[in-house]
Amino acid sequence: MASSAAAVEQPAVVLHRGGGSLARGVALGYLSIVVLLPLAALVWASRAGGLGEFWDQVTRPEAVAALKLSLGIGAACALINAVTGTAMAWVLVRDRFRGKSIVDAMLDLPFALPTIVAGLTLLALYGPSSPFGIDIAFTRTALLAACLFVTLPFVVRAVQPVLLELDEEMEEAAASLGAGSFAIFRRIIFPNLFPAILSGVALSFARAVGEFGAVVLISGNLPFKTEVSSVYIFGQLQSGNGTGAAAVSVLLLLISLGVLLGIGGLRRWRTRHDYV
Amino acid sequence: MSRYLLRFGVLGYLALLLLLPVGLIFYRAFEHGIGHAWDAVTTPQALHALELTLLVAAIAVPANTVFGIILALALVRTRFRGRGLVNAIVDLPLALSPVVVGLALFLLYGRGGWLGGLADDGIRILFAVPGMVLATMFITLPFVVREVVPVLREIGTEQEQAAETLGASPLQVFRRITLPSIRWAVAYGVVLTTARAIGEFGAVAVVSGRIVGKTETLPLYIQGQYESFDTSGAYASSVVLALIAIGTVVALRAVHPREEESES
Repeated sequence: MASSAAAVEQPAVVLHRGGGSLARGVALGYLSIVVLLPLAALVWASRAGGLGEFWDQVTRPEAVAALKLSLGIGAACALINAVTGTAMAWVLVRDRFRGKSIVDAMLDLPFALPTIVAGLTLLALYGPSSPFGIDIAFTRTALLAACLFVTLPFVVRAVQPVLLELDEEMEEAAASLGAGSFAIFRRIIFPNLFPAILSGVALSFARAVGEFGAVVLISGNLPFKTEVSSVYIFGQLQSGNGTGAAAVSVLLLLISLGVLLGIGGLRRWRTRHDYV
Repeated sequence: MSRYLLRFGVLGYLALLLLLPVGLIFYRAFEHGIGHAWDAVTTPQALHALELTLLVAAIAVPANTVFGIILALALVRTRFRGRGLVNAIVDLPLALSPVVVGLALFLLYGRGGWLGGLADDGIRILFAVPGMVLATMFITLPFVVREVVPVLREIGTEQEQAAETLGASPLQVFRRITLPSIRWAVAYGVVLTTARAIGEFGAVAVVSGRIVGKTETLPLYIQGQYESFDTSGAYASSVVLALIAIGTVVALRAVHPREEESES
């Protein structure tokens, strides 16, 4: 771990002799074709009707309502994950019980499960044919549940390695000096975990704001009620309003880029721990 | 006391959000018997969707593996201006809505797009396999890169330099020194890439045009079945994807400990 910073600064002799520029050229070429070119086309298409048209498209009441809902769901999801994710990481690292490794493995499931299946499973349990009689289909609560499902691992997986590395001696020292368990958490554990929690929360937020597959079945897509931005974009494209779809997409793109650059800044600030 | 409270709180949350819903899908798929579920996943339409899903993954995953390794090498082993930005762009698919990804491809290759002319030359991208592969490649780009980068940083360049001084060619150095050290990270990345490629929904939904029996992948098929009120068909196909996901989780566990071993 400690050597990683030093390793970065070592001159890369092997790749500098010809191989380096080749690798870089191929890598940047691939990135341009797969990622940059489509995104450039998106930005280009969003301003096809001029800046006035762009503004009209993103300020349409339905578009604004959808964006507000997406951001609200994203924020709620991020806040809930901050608490539940930290608690889960804590239980997985510090608690001992039978079957812990199974619980730990299970947490990867939302990463691996297709989003449409995630939506369908939630609909089966909390939809019209719920065995519990709980029907939250086509409500904002359902949207939140879907986003919580798909973002479940983000905070846990960011906090877990930091908690594993955290030296328990500090906590013991604080306890021997008379600190209560709440004081220890607030003064010692939380400050150490905070950067990891924040980057997990930021990823949860970005993912929840753009989620599509998990919400498309469960939300019912009622305009002004349960229609989130990604569903709005899809609908606009289907009804032939490509410019409107592109304009809102550019906003989502900017939000995602902002979140990522924020996490990048956070990563530089937090030099001690590698971010997963 | 508070420890038990926390433990059961966490386990309860996981049960309600994750375990019960996924478990119920299995129950629902098999409640009319295994034969019924088997029939539902072996209809020609379902089989075609499964084949197409695997075909798209079979192209996108190797492409992102090879180029992912090259991208990781470029990011760790070379210095260039704008590396921070390239880093952010590599991560972008993790944070961007899949619908936006699909739309971007749609606008690039669609009628009036910069590369829309390709369709007139007989090269169909949209509403065909190439568009779906491109969408999947975009979405799954970060996984191999993100797994390989930290390992490359950790192993440093000393061994590579030593091999170089002893007269090894760059290709030999890569094959004999670099690749063996990153192989478990690559494997981990490949498993993640495959899982995401098989499950991709939003981006593929936009670019495929969802032509039944032609450009319909398994996730799209599931939505279609559900919306046409064939819920048992949707549940049965979901179980196929859920089993792949569970297989993925098991594979991740199998790969991970060895990776840690090779690092130490």
